[in-house]
Amino acid sequence: MAGQITAGAQALVMDPRDHVATAIRELAAGESITCYRGGEELQVKLLDPVPFGHKVALQDLPQGVEVRKYGEVIGRTTAPIRAGEHVHVHNVEGIRGRGDQAGTGTTSEGSLNA
Amino acid sequence: MTTLMGYRRPNGDIGIRNHLLIIPTVICSNQVCSRISQLVPETVAIPHQHGCSQIGADKDRTFEVLAGTGRNPNVGGVIIISLGCEVVDPHALAESIRETGKLVEVFDIQSVGGSVKAIQHGTEIARRMRAQLDAMQPEPFPMSELIIGVKCGGSDATSGLASNPALGAAADTLIGLGGGVVIGETTEIIGAEHVLASRCAAPGVSDQLYHIVGRFEREVERMGADMRGGNPSPGNIAGGLTTIEEKSLGCISKCGTAPIRGVIEYAERIPKGGLYFMDSPGNDIECVSGMAAGGAHLVCFTTGRGTPTGSAVVPVIKITGNKQMYLRMSDNMDVDVSDMLEGTMSLEAAGAAVWEEIAAVAAGKLTKAEILGHTEFSINRIGPSL
Repeated sequence: MAGQITAGAQALVMDPRDHVATAIRELAAGESITCYRGGEELQVKLLDPVPFGHKVALQDLPQGVEVRKYGEVIGRTTAPIRAGEHVHVHNVEGIRGRGDQAGTGTTSEGSLNA
Repeated sequence: MTTLMGYRRPNGDIGIRNHLLIIPTVICSNQVCSRISQLVPETVAIPHQHGCSQIGADKDRTFEVLAGTGRNPNVGGVIIISLGCEVVDPHALAESIRETGKLVEVFDIQSVGGSVKAIQHGTEIARRMRAQLDAMQPEPFPMSELIIGVKCGGSDATSGLASNPALGAAADTLIGLGGGVVIGETTEIIGAEHVLASRCAAPGVSDQLYHIVGRFEREVERMGADMRGGNPSPGNIAGGLTTIEEKSLGCISKCGTAPIRGVIEYAERIPKGGLYFMDSPGNDIECVSGMAAGGAHLVCFTTGRGTPTGSAVVPVIKITGNKQMYLRMSDNMDVDVSDMLEGTMSLEAAGAAVWEEIAAVAAGKLTKAEILGHTEFSINRIGPSL
């Protein structure tokens, strides 16, 4: 799942299908950073400060779509997200383990055999 | 050839430590057990909250964890101290541990005449048994005898990026040599179970994996709770983990890439060789205690936020990919693989660093948790008190 990490990036992308990169140092708003997605070099201008270990969007994402990291779905956007925005609990929610949504038809019951 | 230094038990098991374990069958005996372990060096007590007012599967679970901890190959001798009226049967417990051929003594506080006499009696037994254990010499054994648990706790984003993949590489090395690996934390594979299921050795195994995850998820729904308040934990969220799915996907790389041969119950005996999944909570101490009760020799524990957690009977190796935390909590950390994040340490080199530490600890090197005297223990509970 995790491959070799390329030196020189300020944020790491784990899989070519990913929508987000993880900051490996404190990143300031307005800063331009370099990431490597697959073989592709991406330049991203930060719209928000992004703390160490937190995620930044590599591309624009509308509200209500799946977000990928490690090449897999880590949740769903709860607001539109622009490239360079901080991606965290304020704009992404988990789909699984949502007892608070039991009976509303929005939990993932039934997907276990997918 | 990498070797471990171990103690051959009468049933053929190899222990990498030679503990004298003092087991309270019930919370009422905790104080007596703890006091004896304070009075006799090189003994460890496992105080816990259970052993009485328990029924059915819950009572059985307490018994199995206590018995399994006593049967763990790292334990050379056991003293069981009962109050005398609890639901966990101390003599059945003694019998279950005696099957391994190791030294077992059992008595109850009510019969010997109260706390003072029980402490005196237990101290005499402990001194005598400790002398017997000290006479044993460790011998070299191949690493194929080793079973390790892989666990993460206090995770942050560096866990999924660095320390878990590094531990996974070391887990692959051990399995390649014929050794065994157990991964647990059913809670923390939610959202990543399809990735693990695709690696199961047989369709029956992946069905079991989906079954235990589904059962857990339904329990959470039945409680009407949004898991996100507890998992990712507040610390996980501060560290950059957004959802349970993200946490789970970062978690699973710690078990490497081998096929999963089977799903076993909490505290169930871990089969020798290959990768197994233990149906356990993510709670650090409960999970490590379940692995120890299943017979793991040591546990490798990755953390980004930092934790001092140890175990009563197994060495716990702390591995981190977070440089700042490593420097801040160096008293608690054994291996630092944070250079992976800078691209200056390869995954292979990080895996080798973890593997070298496993080999050293299996040959007798003390972990930071052992040096600091961390002997945490707790039993997963599934039912109400009566």
